[in-house]
Amino acid sequence: MSDKVDITLDINGAAHAISVEPRKTLVDAIRDDCGQTGTHIGCEHGVCGTCTIILDGEAIRSCLMFAVQADGRKIRTVEGLADGETLHPLQQAFIDHHGLQCGFCTPGFLMLAANALEHNPDIGDGELLDVLASNLCRCTGYQNIIKAVRAARDTMRGAKV
Amino acid sequence: MERARAAPAPEKIRRASAWTDKKETMKPASFRYHAPKTLDEAVAVLAEVAPDDGRVLAGGQSLVPIMAFRLAKPTHLVDINGIKELAQIKVDGGKLRIGACVRHAAFYEPVCDGPLGRLLATVVRSIAHHPIRTRGTFCGSVAHADPASEWCAVVATLDGEMVAQSQRGERIIPAKDYFAGIMTTTLQEDELLTEVRLPMPAPDTRVGFQEFSRRAGDFALSMAVTIYRLEGGKIADPRVGIGGAEPRARRIAEAEAALRGKQPGADVFNAAGEAAAAAIDPLEDIHTGAEYRRDLVRAMTRRALDSAA
Ligand SMILES: Cc1cc2nc3c(=O)[nH]c(=O)nc-3n(C[C@H](O)[C@H](O)[C@H](O)COP(=O)(O)OP(=O)(O)OC[C@H]3O[C@@H](n4cnc5c(N)ncnc54)[C@H](O)[C@@H]3O)c2cc1C
Ligand code: FES
Ligand code: FES
Repeated sequence: MSDKVDITLDINGAAHAISVEPRKTLVDAIRDDCGQTGTHIGCEHGVCGTCTIILDGEAIRSCLMFAVQADGRKIRTVEGLADGETLHPLQQAFIDHHGLQCGFCTPGFLMLAANALEHNPDIGDGELLDVLASNLCRCTGYQNIIKAVRAARDTMRGAKV
Repeated sequence: MERARAAPAPEKIRRASAWTDKKETMKPASFRYHAPKTLDEAVAVLAEVAPDDGRVLAGGQSLVPIMAFRLAKPTHLVDINGIKELAQIKVDGGKLRIGACVRHAAFYEPVCDGPLGRLLATVVRSIAHHPIRTRGTFCGSVAHADPASEWCAVVATLDGEMVAQSQRGERIIPAKDYFAGIMTTTLQEDELLTEVRLPMPAPDTRVGFQEFSRRAGDFALSMAVTIYRLEGGKIADPRVGIGGAEPRARRIAEAEAALRGKQPGADVFNAAGEAAAAAIDPLEDIHTGAEYRRDLVRAMTRRALDSAA
């Protein structure tokens, strides 16, 4: 029963026409079929958050969805965060505040944080903590990730005024 | 004379090269995918595939992990996410009606005025994490019936009703006849849970919720939902629901009796906690002994009552 289904994944504005088995998870399709390997895979059962992407404006775990379910929908991954050679304020803040060490969790944290700041540019520290608690990092001890996201929030807010 | 054996031709070395390798490996077992657009269609497909372990796919936040572990190998999935009529949430006839595609994140802001909206907005913060709440559904939790599901505890405490639809018709299952055990309900395999209905408590009702889990977003080891009103300074219509401590969430009559007609205060809340702890038949596992769970139930009940506003 390996009947494949033809779907189109719209990743960062580029259309990827692929053919997948229904059982292929979205993260596997993004990486293996579309070659967009910025999104990482860790636990594959929803716990670690390294596969976090933005689907139709909402942060989701891409290991907990099948690729067929994302046919034609708007997907955003870490590859789409920078504007050409200019890093997204979050990416710059992660560098400035040492928000990463090995970098394995980073794509997930960036998409998670980007989505939270887009939904609420004035997000409070408490609510930010609730969101950032979603993902695991085995290196940084989290404090620098939190610092980086707060700093990016403040920069982005400053830039708007 | 034996001929010297020719050296074997060097075997072609196959490199497993990361993502470029065309050999496909996938964790879940194969299934056929159905994406009905209407409820009628969904119920018809489900009737057909249910006998072969065909299942409903809602948020996928419990089902997909279980499939990744191959603890479930459904042969068909009926994806209900495209059915618009199931995405509704509304107040009707004194009840909050929550459709099957309403996601956890819908409850961040109160979905209705009064104590129920407040209670649901408090409880949702304890369910999993934000990116799971954007997909997971209220009804999916109630269909899955994890002993530590917060929504199941709310449904049991409020005596909610489950609306089940199949080709055989619609039936309404009261909470007391619905939860059957660990991840077990009286929903039949060809039935789709289209809606959960929660009665709206009176506007002056006080609602409280507390749970204990080891890390933010983990399944709770115990939780309490407490609800009461005051009549002439005395507790009226008390409800105490406990989840995460037994195979299924339920109201604890002994704890409610300890509250009824009493003046709210530390002694009375302690007594209710004691009564709840004594009444349960706790789940046990290697990390959590029965006595520890009783302690947690005692503490969660007391704290939920303390926090009730
Ligand atoms: C890391 C992690 C942490 C979590 N923590 C918590 C937590 O703290 N508390 C908690 O309550 N949950 C938690 N969850 C589970 C989450 O809340 C799920 O969303 C929920 O249990 C199931 O809802 P779903 O919509 O995702 O259902 P699915 O995963 O799609 O389905 C679950 C089961 O219910 C059946 N089903 C779903 N909808 C229907 C329907 N309408 N009719 C008939 N059958 C149906 C499916 O066939 C399947 O068997 C967690 C999940 C993860 C990955
Ligand atoms: S890989 Fe998706 S949450 Fe870990
Ligand atoms: S930087 Fe290594 S896991 Fe987070």
